[in-house]
Amino acid sequence: MAFKNNEQAKAYWSENLSLMFKLLAIWFLVSFGFGILLVDVLNEIRFFGFKLGFWFSQQGAIYTFVALIIVYAMKMNALDKKYGVDE
Amino acid sequence: MDVQTLTFLIVGLSFALYIGIAVWARAGSTKEFYVAGGGVPPLANGMATAADWMSAASFISMAGIISFAGYDGGVYLMGWTGGYVLLALCLAPYLRKFGKFTVPDFIGDRYYSQTARTVAVICAIFICFTYIAGQMRGVGVVFSRFLEVEIETGVYIGMVIVFFYAVLGGMKGITYTQVAQYCILVFAYLVPAVFLSLMMTGHVLPQTGFGATLADGSGMHLLDKLDGLSTELGFAQYTEGSKSMIDVFAITGALMVGTAGLPHVIVRFFTVPKVKDTRISAAWTLIFIAIVYTTAPALASFARVNMVDTINGKEGSGTAYAEAPSWIKNWEKTGLITFNDKNGDGKMFYSAGKISDPASKNEVKIDRDIIVLATPEIADLPAWVIALVAAGGIAAALSTTAGLLLVISTSVSHDLLKRTLKPDISDKQELRAARLAAVVAITISAYFGINPPGFVASVVAFAFGLAASSFFPAIIMGIFSKTMNKEGAIAGMISGILFTIGYIVYFKFISPDLNSAENWLFGISPEGIGLIGMLVNFVVAVAVQKVTKEIPKDVIDMVESIRSPKGSGEAHAH
Repeated sequence: MAFKNNEQAKAYWSENLSLMFKLLAIWFLVSFGFGILLVDVLNEIRFFGFKLGFWFSQQGAIYTFVALIIVYAMKMNALDKKYGVDE
Repeated sequence: MDVQTLTFLIVGLSFALYIGIAVWARAGSTKEFYVAGGGVPPLANGMATAADWMSAASFISMAGIISFAGYDGGVYLMGWTGGYVLLALCLAPYLRKFGKFTVPDFIGDRYYSQTARTVAVICAIFICFTYIAGQMRGVGVVFSRFLEVEIETGVYIGMVIVFFYAVLGGMKGITYTQVAQYCILVFAYLVPAVFLSLMMTGHVLPQTGFGATLADGSGMHLLDKLDGLSTELGFAQYTEGSKSMIDVFAITGALMVGTAGLPHVIVRFFTVPKVKDTRISAAWTLIFIAIVYTTAPALASFARVNMVDTINGKEGSGTAYAEAPSWIKNWEKTGLITFNDKNGDGKMFYSAGKISDPASKNEVKIDRDIIVLATPEIADLPAWVIALVAAGGIAAALSTTAGLLLVISTSVSHDLLKRTLKPDISDKQELRAARLAAVVAITISAYFGINPPGFVASVVAFAFGLAASSFFPAIIMGIFSKTMNKEGAIAGMISGILFTIGYIVYFKFISPDLNSAENWLFGISPEGIGLIGMLVNFVVAVAVQKVTKEIPKDVIDMVESIRSPKGSGEAHAH
């Protein structure tokens, strides 16, 4: 183990999980939520000429996914530093 | 220069480039062969992974499917990219830290069981061959249309090229070739889309163009025109689709978890030096994928409007066949467009329904696979664009084929031979076995390419369903649970696979006539059943684990260690 002690390892893991679940919640919201379950409601709204629900399904969800992965990479690499497990 | 000479020239140059890279990047050890020595920089690995990921299906078929299915086609966009998010957040960094070569390796070690390893090897090989069959069809279509050679010749040429860089270079050769292939395919995809966007809406970016108003002075939004056209011709509204919400949900879900479990993509993350690089590389990959995936739906709607307008004419009364543009006749020769002048007026007319059905007005059958390839011709773009698209389609198919071949050869030489049958073989012998396995795999794929099984489209549901119901839950529990034991994991995988295969075989092969929404379980089609298969796997695994032995202490230590990113080192053998 590279952590100083067990508490450190636990704290790192729980911060890791909480970040992951937050990002996955957004992941679910933009794809399954906006793109599928709420699509009929959102389609009433026009967004730069697109029906909003349709836009999320074919464009918006993908942009959000890219943002999620970038945020994940940056936050996790920072978290590694904080706990001294970076390389 | 005419289109064909240009195409030969551009495709030939791209082949020369791939072979050049192969010679430069020859692999000397199994580690170079399997994971490129673990020393590929994140940016290059991102591009290579994107090329590996984007198959002939992404390049050739996806925009075509969206073009015909509208909103329903969004399941592929969200499913494939969303699955990538799961992979990047929940699997890749931990598997990299685990630091071995393959997915069956992880499953075999984490569940301390040869049975689990063998189940995983069989699934991996099956998924890869299913995928390769699809790639070969893509290569065949491109060759037969643009180079006007027999499909057989086309497949042989493609195989020789892949043989060169996959068998000689292994992962190292493949990775650097894929970087080149990504550049070619993304350029080939964007150029026609930008041309069309400028022509039809005046927007440079296709991503905003397809929501904009048409440039023909009507002031109408492109998508509104498309909705209008679709309804008029008897299709579902383009922006609404015709699938039920639950089915769209399930298919998206199955594609997501299936994608996250694809062995040839997971293995890409073993090629970067550190866990930190895995995360960065994953971010680059999705950026590179998103460039193509956000362009695809735009291209789909441009192509749809263009195609309907060309066939039905501006007034919507049909175009005389005698005056049909040359692309229609060219594609007719390949059998991917069929014209049946039912009312004998000498005009073509396209609408909903089958061309063999006298009750339907439709007279033209168009294979969705030609949309991307035919678009430059439909829009009358310059000859070099057409040649470029041909090279791009081949690049997409070859890059994915190579990645898949590598997984097959690794599965055979490493997982089966080295880890199961003959643990005492030397590195040299293992490398030779890997190359031999690649040669055999290439031969089998060539056979599939020349004699494509008629059921390719149906078996793709298999590949994703299997990955979703076997690998994904087993890997997730392997990382996030310290209590999941081998009995639970094996029972879970087997019941997930049996359930999914059973459902697909029943509806696709045994009783295809029952394959409609009212007979489906919860209204979920065979394409989406992998999502339920995954749930079955989880439930069975947890239930069995509760009543069986606890996992050994050293396996718990292993789980602890993959959760800490430090000390990943290079991917090592053992």
